[in-house]
Amino acid sequence: MSYVPIKRPKFSFLDKIYVVELVKGLIITFKHLALSLMGKSRSKKDFNGKGVGACMPFPEQRWDAHLPEYYRGAPTLVRGEDGRERCVSCQLCEFICPARAITVTPGPVAEGSGLEKQEKAPAEFEIDMLRCIYCGMCQEVCPEQAIFLSKEYLITLTDRKDAIRNKAQLYKLGGTRKGLVNKWNQYK
Amino acid sequence: MSKKPALLPKDEAAAEGKVNVQINGKWYRFPKGTRIADACNSVGVHVPCFCYHPKLSVAGSCRMCLVEQGMPPRLAPGATPTYNEDGYQTIQWMPRAIIACANTVAENMGIRTDGKLCTEARRGVLEFLLTNHPLDCPICDQAGECKLQEYTSDYGSGTHRFTESKTKKGKNLSIGPRVNLDQERCVLCRRCVRFMKEIVGEEVLGVVGRGTHNAISCYPGTQLDSNYSMNVVDLCPVGALTSKDFRFKMRVWFLKSTPTIDVNCGTGTNINIWTREQKVYRITPRQNDEVNSCWMPDSHRLNYKYINAPERILTPLVKTDAKAPQRPSTWDATLNLVVEQLHKCAPVEVAIIASARMTNEELYMARALARQLGVTKFDIVPRKGENDGMLISEDRNPNSNGAKLILNKTGAGLATIRRGVKNGSIRSLIVLGEDVTQEAGIPAEDLAELDYLLVMAHSENATTKAADVVLPGVTFAEKYGTMINVAGRIQRLNKAIEPLGEARSEWSIMRELTELLGCDCPRVIACPSPMMILEEMALEFEPMKGLTWGNIGNEGKVILDTGVTIPLIEREKSKK
Repeated sequence: MSYVPIKRPKFSFLDKIYVVELVKGLIITFKHLALSLMGKSRSKKDFNGKGVGACMPFPEQRWDAHLPEYYRGAPTLVRGEDGRERCVSCQLCEFICPARAITVTPGPVAEGSGLEKQEKAPAEFEIDMLRCIYCGMCQEVCPEQAIFLSKEYLITLTDRKDAIRNKAQLYKLGGTRKGLVNKWNQYK
Repeated sequence: MSKKPALLPKDEAAAEGKVNVQINGKWYRFPKGTRIADACNSVGVHVPCFCYHPKLSVAGSCRMCLVEQGMPPRLAPGATPTYNEDGYQTIQWMPRAIIACANTVAENMGIRTDGKLCTEARRGVLEFLLTNHPLDCPICDQAGECKLQEYTSDYGSGTHRFTESKTKKGKNLSIGPRVNLDQERCVLCRRCVRFMKEIVGEEVLGVVGRGTHNAISCYPGTQLDSNYSMNVVDLCPVGALTSKDFRFKMRVWFLKSTPTIDVNCGTGTNINIWTREQKVYRITPRQNDEVNSCWMPDSHRLNYKYINAPERILTPLVKTDAKAPQRPSTWDATLNLVVEQLHKCAPVEVAIIASARMTNEELYMARALARQLGVTKFDIVPRKGENDGMLISEDRNPNSNGAKLILNKTGAGLATIRRGVKNGSIRSLIVLGEDVTQEAGIPAEDLAELDYLLVMAHSENATTKAADVVLPGVTFAEKYGTMINVAGRIQRLNKAIEPLGEARSEWSIMRELTELLGCDCPRVIACPSPMMILEEMALEFEPMKGLTWGNIGNEGKVILDTGVTIPLIEREKSKK
């Protein structure tokens, strides 16, 4: 098998008995308890709340500004800095999707589009947001850096049909992403 | 040395015409002249090959099948060989690996594929093959069934050391009406070149350029337009040669393959149907050395589009009045209506045209239906074409021998039916799985003159348009059954997809119709499946004696001696 071995950290005896980590965790819990009792918790600072606990008064206030960098929201398709639609319809996301939310219809690139090197692009790309479980497997498996999970968390539908997002919608939501690997140009 | 066995293994093997070979520490016996690669693969020791194909000559160009080999020591003059307790001589291993495809086994030979030498050799070969490979797997149709991908995953190094820019070659070149070439992906195994030269006999492909600029190309002024051209797509171990028809249709890992047979001619080429979610995406040949070797003609391979075409009839259609249009109906209502209408017809004025494109099981049910109705004007439509000297038979019906055996019909009575329809002595016609306006030669005007026309078909055609009642049948991909090919071999059809819409397999339609018409013979009406019908037929027909669905197997069984041979198979046998 062709594999590259990964070096795992070696645990000492202190790590293995686990007591130190438990105490560390409890210190954090007690810190939050103390701050909450004093009325100085995160909700006071960030959300303009009463200062008890970390609850946000939703929907008057929104999560948008407070989401962590790694937050997994709705999947979208992105364009590269060169404006190229990055998906080549390899269908790995469709294959890996545990909820079978993704349906890709592959096809050739449009003639005269200047993407002759890429050869292949999705004719249609649909994600059923009622099926999506926001696991992020599609982003992880994508060999083309074409699908990314956005921070969109508020998906309100009035019709089941609206839940299926097509290729045009997904590219609109994804926008342009910087710093991606430059592929399928004339040099490669 | 301890005591010698009475008879040494080498003598035992020699008596059978075989030799003893040690593979990864275990001793096996193979016939003399077996290639090392075939010997290893036959005992489950996998030897990776790009260029070697058992049906083609040996090229030995890819070097992927390198194995470690050893022989007994060469004796000094006058010395006698010594044997160990099991009766074998010690093996002296060679310091360098040899290719397993171009060397044959020998007595007391040792082969090792799990040693360091072999592992290193494979890794080195793969590293060189990948120096100029474009690594465009995301857009390559071969991904998922690509030998280069598989071997790199199994034996490759996982990283690469070459930082130089790769050689540029032609991509997405059209080299024929059905085949595309990508020279960058090619590993130069020359399987396609050898196939066109040795099997088809048209030297169209060759290797041009030198060194790293080596590439497969068509000779000037020629193109790959043979009717067997798409076999090079199956042969190509990488994605260099791809099918234009299957290009960017679906990734192969989504497809399910079902072993079945082709129904375009009497040869009954063994095929795999590749489907996903009730849709057929492609057809590839399946190896059967007695029927089609490893190949199939393009014309048959591409004739699958009607299975998912909009022309398919999905519900029973009924014309309530002579001039009224056909309306969709339900099965129960339609079958009861048909029975009512058939009871009104006088048997002498009824004719049945069946098809030699039906399976044996369907023909058996058609015979039961004809007997129940008391119809004597009953025949099939013969279909003749040209034998192409390869795999396409002059008999374009897949089951003419079945019709001959079960119905005792060859199409001789068709002219009488045609005349009867013309002069009006036949007032009602039952057409089972045929478009009679085509080969049968009954024009649509004559069909319009009939009192009653009952048609069973899977797709819309001129005959179904004229019909009073249309019963939707299924295509070959949607049913189980058996057929007998021109050489008298009975072969199985397997169901790859479920019947589309409300369509039903023909045998079950005819079984129910026969039952509703009043048949009480348990040998007809108590058949729940084609497998049971086959067992009924095995009791009735002498050549089918003892046949069951299971013992026919995927390769089929010869049950008739027809004297007909398949030219390509004859050529292959004479080469050996």
